[in-house]
Amino acid sequence: MIRVLKTIRGTVLAMLMGLAALGAQPAFAQAEPSVQTVTPHPGTPTPSPTPPVVAGKPGDIVHIAPTPGVGMPTDKISLQPQVTPIGGEAQWFHDVILVPMMAIISVFVLILLIWVIIRYNARANPTPSHTHHNTVIEIIWTLVPVIILVCIAVPSIRLLAHQYSPPKADLTVKAIGNQWYWTYQYPDDGDFEVVSNMLKEPGEATGKEKPRTDADGPRLLAVDERMVVPEGAVVKVITTSNDVIHSWAVPAFWVKMDAVPGRLNETWFKAPDHPGVYFGQCSELCGARHAFMPIAVEVVTKAQFAQWVAYKGGTLPGAKGASNPDATAGSPATEGKPAAGPVAATPAIAGTTDKPATTSQPAVAQN
Amino acid sequence: MTDIAAHPSHFHAEHGDEHHDADHKPAFFQRWFMSTNHKDIGTLYLIFAICAGIIGGTISGMMRVELAHPGIQYLGKWYEFFHGAGTADQAHHFWNVLVTAHGLIMVFFMVMPAMIGGFGNWFVPIMIGAPDMAFPRMNNISFWLLIPSFTLLLGSTFFSGGTGPGAGIGWTAYAPLSTSGSPGPAVDMAILSLHLAGASSILGAINFITTILNMRAPGMTLHKMPLFAWSVLVTAFLLLLALPVLAAAITMLLTDRNFGTTFYDASGGGDPILYQHLFWFFGHPEVYIMILPGFGMVSHIISTFSKKPIFGYLGMAYAMVAIGVVGFVVWAHHMFTTGMAVDTKMYFTAATMVIAVPTGIKIFSWIATMWGGSLSFKTPMVWAIGFIFMFTVGGVTGVLLANGGIDNYFQDTYYVVAHFHYVLSLGAVFSLFAGFYYWFPKMSGRMYNEVLGQLHFWIFFIGVNILFFPMHFLGLQGMPRRYPDYPNAFEHWNTIATDGYFIMAISMVIFFVNVIYSLVAGPKAPANPWGEGATTLEWTLPSPPPYHQFEQLPRID
Repeated sequence: MIRVLKTIRGTVLAMLMGLAALGAQPAFAQAEPSVQTVTPHPGTPTPSPTPPVVAGKPGDIVHIAPTPGVGMPTDKISLQPQVTPIGGEAQWFHDVILVPMMAIISVFVLILLIWVIIRYNARANPTPSHTHHNTVIEIIWTLVPVIILVCIAVPSIRLLAHQYSPPKADLTVKAIGNQWYWTYQYPDDGDFEVVSNMLKEPGEATGKEKPRTDADGPRLLAVDERMVVPEGAVVKVITTSNDVIHSWAVPAFWVKMDAVPGRLNETWFKAPDHPGVYFGQCSELCGARHAFMPIAVEVVTKAQFAQWVAYKGGTLPGAKGASNPDATAGSPATEGKPAAGPVAATPAIAGTTDKPATTSQPAVAQN
Repeated sequence: MTDIAAHPSHFHAEHGDEHHDADHKPAFFQRWFMSTNHKDIGTLYLIFAICAGIIGGTISGMMRVELAHPGIQYLGKWYEFFHGAGTADQAHHFWNVLVTAHGLIMVFFMVMPAMIGGFGNWFVPIMIGAPDMAFPRMNNISFWLLIPSFTLLLGSTFFSGGTGPGAGIGWTAYAPLSTSGSPGPAVDMAILSLHLAGASSILGAINFITTILNMRAPGMTLHKMPLFAWSVLVTAFLLLLALPVLAAAITMLLTDRNFGTTFYDASGGGDPILYQHLFWFFGHPEVYIMILPGFGMVSHIISTFSKKPIFGYLGMAYAMVAIGVVGFVVWAHHMFTTGMAVDTKMYFTAATMVIAVPTGIKIFSWIATMWGGSLSFKTPMVWAIGFIFMFTVGGVTGVLLANGGIDNYFQDTYYVVAHFHYVLSLGAVFSLFAGFYYWFPKMSGRMYNEVLGQLHFWIFFIGVNILFFPMHFLGLQGMPRRYPDYPNAFEHWNTIATDGYFIMAISMVIFFVNVIYSLVAGPKAPANPWGEGATTLEWTLPSPPPYHQFEQLPRID
């Protein structure tokens, strides 16, 4: 068991190293044209005077309305529609292999039970047989399940392999769990941070809190600041936590990864090729407001993404060549090493220290 | 083996000299508070389990009522009732306390005491032809440790547990929510409660292993031993090997909380995931601990009411051994989203699926036992048949959840809740009711009412299926567990599930009416009310059995 633990630690370390290597390369190359569209916008300067404007209207630049029934639960008897390649493969595995397997086995057992109840009840069969052994049938009902399980295991292992061989990431987002909200950091894009809180209902919001509208999303799922990613991008998500364990989940992406304090967990998804909003909810018991820290991912056009990043005070990689490599590399790798293993330094992850010069403090402070 | 089996006849001779009157019972206090009699201790366990089941079941009713519709309807009122006016956060914390209490009570204070402490104590010694358990006084302390344990758990709800009173950490008590996340004495009390319950179970396990290995009647080799005794033997080994790991894990929680250690705290060099590995190394065998004795009971009942010997006896016994052994090497399938390496996930996926094979052997052997039999559908039999089907349904969803790649969607959703309630609330609990009706005449000396028993089964069966089946649909749509409130899209199936709870609750009223009526006015039960199919030793004794049985050890050919 200790060996297993060590293996796990080793792998996490290896993942961190790999992460550092990946981050060192220029990520998100496609963004170049959209950078051009950003620069003419004078309303989003990096220095200082804007914060009040920004704080007031988070919806100004991008805040698209979700499509009903997509990226959110419905009362249908099915999985949520899957919008990523991995989600598609997993949905196929579930719908085509697993559900029929479960249905066939359950119905088979039910039919056998009904048959023995009808055929061998005391009235139909007053004298019982005394058979208590039949080697052939016992071998059959041992081997047939083995064959069924192998048929399940092949696509299952393949799915796992695919989940663990992500394409090169275009963008890295660090999702940090807190009691009881999420913060998202964009280390590739100037390491700015957005704080994502659940929107309260119109009757419940107090003071300066913005009440939820239907354009924000369904009750208990809508947030004030969404995690924004560009369409078609391969997004690497690094999860961690500042307090207890949370879990970052978006069912429509087939993604769920625990956010564990002191660990950096990595997962990924390929954003759909068209704009949309996809919701999820914290999926590890984390205290009183566990049910009230939803996750909302907004997929926007590349141009809108560039605009949004600039608005948040970040810089797209390529716009300022020098600052971007150490943005990604700086976070996981340097923190992973000194603490030996997955016990990375939590405070640094939170992004409170060691900010690259490009970070816009106003954008961070707005929340 | 023959050597060992010869021994009991020695103490039988001495025993006989001391007690001339086999039915001599001590006075009330001595009999029930200082008991050394396995049947009395079994009765105490059953009464305890029923009381705990009522509390745990009431808590699930509170949760179902709250979940019937979106929004918070009752939590605040309940919080006010128990603790006075509080904030919304305190009410939400109270929800977590309910979730935690329901889980811990049902696992540690209902299913385990009923199956192992109750039926195990009552029938293992009788089935193997022994006069009592090997260590009668240890048996007594096993039971009485549960009382302070349960008191600590219930009492913890009135002490601070962080955001509000009570331990709101889930039955899994994951660090750091259970350490730095929950200051105050409530969680310490819950941990101590688990320590005591664990110690109780370990002592019980030692007792069962010793009894079964040393005190079988002459001629009863292990391969002639009834399957219920086999199931308790395997269960006892699981308890003995798994519970010390839980004890270690929660002791480290305790020292992390109170003495500045950092076993599970990354900032001091520890790791929260270590706790999960330790917990599930215990936790997965624990789920087999809760179902294996049920397997044993169902085997006897199916055989009895089919008037046929059990089909594939050796396969049945060794399937349980296999489930027990493999059950120790699959634990991390509870942790597929904690950030595991792909190889680890592949291993735990494959290993977990292996368990389906011995489980399948058991399902098919039960059906083969009925095949060619002469079935009579008395109440215990309908519960046992219901068990077979419902456990199959819970089993196949388990195969689905075994797939590591699938858990990125299903982990911690209502699909998991549906799965484990199918194997526990419809599996373990069905087997408990089957065993209860099967042995009720033997234990009480009176027959239960057949009509009420059938009514109980059918209403319960319909109720729990309406209650738990829609949870699969909620899980398919991604509804997370342990939520007091949910997006409105989940309302439809939640409302139906709550209706199912009330149907189930009605059937429980019928059950209690039946039990009370039968204890008071049920017809006297003969030694063997089930006829030629009932072949184990308990049916050779009068109903109820004498205070001390087997003055003359039975001989098995």
